[in-house]
Amino acid sequence: MQNGGQTTNKLRWGELDEDEGEDLDFLLPPKQVIGPDENGIKKVIEYKFNDDGNKVKLTTKTRVRKVAKAHLSKKAIERRSWPKFGDAVQEDVGARLTMVSTEEIALERPQPPGTKQEENKSASDNPFGKGAVLMVCRTCGKRGDHWTSRCPYKDLAQPPESLVDKPPTDGPAAAAPATKGAYIPPSLRAGAERPSTDMRRRNEENSVRVTNLSEDTREADLHELFRPFGQITRVYVAIDQKTGLSRGFGFVNFANREDAERAINKLNGYGYDSLILRVEWATPRAS
Amino acid sequence: MRPILMKGHERPLTFLKYNRDGDLLFSCAKDHNPTVWFADNGERLGTYHGHNGAVWSCDISFDSSRLLTGSADTTVKLWDVKRGEQLYTFKFDSPARSVDFAVGEKLAVMTTDPFMDKTSAIHVKRIAEDIEDQDNESALVIRGPTGRINRAVWGPLNKTIVSCGEDAIIRVWDPVTGQEIMSTKDHENGHKKAITSLCISDDKSHFLTGALDKSAKLWDTRTLTLIKTYVTERPVNAVTMSPLLDHVVSPASGWDGIEKIRPEDGVDQLGTADQVVLGGGQDASSVTTTDHRAGKFEAKFYDKILQQEIGGVKGHFGPINALAFNPDGKSFASGGEDGYVRLHHFDPDYFNIKL
Repeated sequence: MQNGGQTTNKLRWGELDEDEGEDLDFLLPPKQVIGPDENGIKKVIEYKFNDDGNKVKLTTKTRVRKVAKAHLSKKAIERRSWPKFGDAVQEDVGARLTMVSTEEIALERPQPPGTKQEENKSASDNPFGKGAVLMVCRTCGKRGDHWTSRCPYKDLAQPPESLVDKPPTDGPAAAAPATKGAYIPPSLRAGAERPSTDMRRRNEENSVRVTNLSEDTREADLHELFRPFGQITRVYVAIDQKTGLSRGFGFVNFANREDAERAINKLNGYGYDSLILRVEWATPRAS
Repeated sequence: MRPILMKGHERPLTFLKYNRDGDLLFSCAKDHNPTVWFADNGERLGTYHGHNGAVWSCDISFDSSRLLTGSADTTVKLWDVKRGEQLYTFKFDSPARSVDFAVGEKLAVMTTDPFMDKTSAIHVKRIAEDIEDQDNESALVIRGPTGRINRAVWGPLNKTIVSCGEDAIIRVWDPVTGQEIMSTKDHENGHKKAITSLCISDDKSHFLTGALDKSAKLWDTRTLTLIKTYVTERPVNAVTMSPLLDHVVSPASGWDGIEKIRPEDGVDQLGTADQVVLGGGQDASSVTTTDHRAGKFEAKFYDKILQQEIGGVKGHFGPINALAFNPDGKSFASGGEDGYVRLHHFDPDYFNIKL
C-alpha cells in the first residue's frame, strides 16, 4: 500500500513537471490586437513562456497598407469579415506568410536590340563624349566637369607635363601609326559595328594589375588613384573572404590602351599608403 | 510596384484563379491544400483540407459560394468556399487535371489523365443545386485525344467545350453528343508542341493558348481561326489576358509569364492597348543549371493586337507555373515553381504604356 502510494505520488510529480508549460498557458493574458489606427499601425501583444519558463511579452507592430483601392461589391465586403478557416485559424504573428516585397519591381520594357551596345561603343571610343567642350582640365584631362584649378585630382596627380608629356618610348610608335594611314582592320575602323565579344577582349587587354596594395585599400581608392589617366571601365580589388581585408592586389581596366600605358608608366613604383606599388599589364588568364 | 509575396504553399504552384468580384484569389499547388487569399492585401483567408495529392486546377462559382478542385488523388472535390468544408467528392479511375464550371453552374467539365491502361478523358458532370441530390454519374465521357488533356473549358453559351493538351491540337466538342466539331489538327500554323495552358476571354469570343513550342496563340472560339501569334524565347507554362487593356500575356512553359492587360475604362475606347501576359521558363528540371538572371523566370507582357512585347516582370526564383489577371485588370498574380504567389498591383503609369 505504502509503496504503491509513493510511486503514484512520484509519477504525479513527474507528470506535473511535464505538463506545467501547457497548463500554465491558461494563466497567460489573452492575445491583444490594437488598431489599426489612423496611421495604419496595428499592434499585436502576445504572451509566451520561453524555454526557461519565464513569461515573455511579445509585441508586434505592423503597418497595414492599403495596396489598392477597390470598388468592392456588397458581397465582397461581407466576405471581408468571414472567419478564417483551415490552417489560417491558428496563424502565429511570426509566421509572416504574406509579405510586401522589399524590392521595387518594375515592368521592364524590352530594349530595342543594339541600343545598349551602341552606347558602350561610343563611350569607349571617345571617353570624353561627342561634343567638344571648352572647359578642359589640364591636370586630369577631363572635359566639361571642372576647371584646372578646381581639379579634385590635382593633389594626387603630378603636374601635367610630367604626367601626360612623358609617354613610354614605344608608346607613340604604337599609337601614332594607327592614326596615320596604317592598316586598320575593318572591324576596328570608325563607324564599324563591333561585336560585344570583341569589345570584351579589348577591355581585357587594357587590364592593369596592381600589386603590393595595403590591406585597407578599397576599389574606390584605386578608382581615385587611376581616374586621372583616363576612363576606367572596371576596378577590382581582391578581398579576403574571411578577414574582409584587401589581399594586396587588384585590377583596373581602362577604356583606352594609351591611358593604361600612361598609368603603368606613372604609377609603377609610386608610393601609396607607405607601400611601393607595382603596376603592370595583367597577363591574360590562361584559358 | 512592390509585389506582395504569399508563402502559403510548400510545393510548386499549379494554378491561380480569381473569383468574379476579384476580391478573392484561389491558389492550387502540389501540396494538397488549395488556399484562398484576399486579393487586395494578400491575407490568407483559409485552406481547404481533404485532398491527398497535388491539386492541378480549380474553378469558383459565379456567386463565389462553391469551389471545384481537381487533384492527382483521382478526385474532384466540391467545397463550401466560406467554411472550407467538402460538399461532394467526384471519384475517377485516374488523376483529375482540369475543372471548369459551365455558365449557370448546372454542369462542369473535368478532365482525367492517362493512367496505367486508361486513356485521358473529358467528363461532363451535372452539378445539383441541392448538394443532397448530387451524384457521381457523368453526363458525358469523351475519349479520343492521345496524351494528357491539360485544359478543357466551356465555350460561348455552353454550346461547346474547348480542349487542348499534349498532342498540341486544340479540339472543340459538342457537350451533348460528344462529337468533335472542329480541331486544329490540319492547321498548318497550329502549335507544334504540347499546349500547357488555355485562357478564355470574359466574353468567350476568343482564347489564348500557350505551348512548349515557345509561342502563345490567340484563337477565335467560334471558327477556330488563328488570330495572333506571340513568339517568345522560352516554353510557355501559363497565359492570361488583361480584361481591361488589350494586352496579352503569352504563355511560357515552365518559366515565362505573359499576361494581357487593357487600358483603364474610358481611357482608351479603341482598345489600342490590348495586352497578353505569358508565363513560363525552362523545364523545372533544368533550373539548377540556369542563372536566374538569364531572365527566364519573368512574366512577359505582349500587346494583344501588335503582337509586340511590352515588358517583363521579374521576381520568381523558378519558372512561373500559373498566372491570373484580376477581373478589374489592375493587378495580376503569378505562381511559381518556388512555391510563392506574387501579387502585383500595377503602378499608374502601367495604364499609359504606349508602344
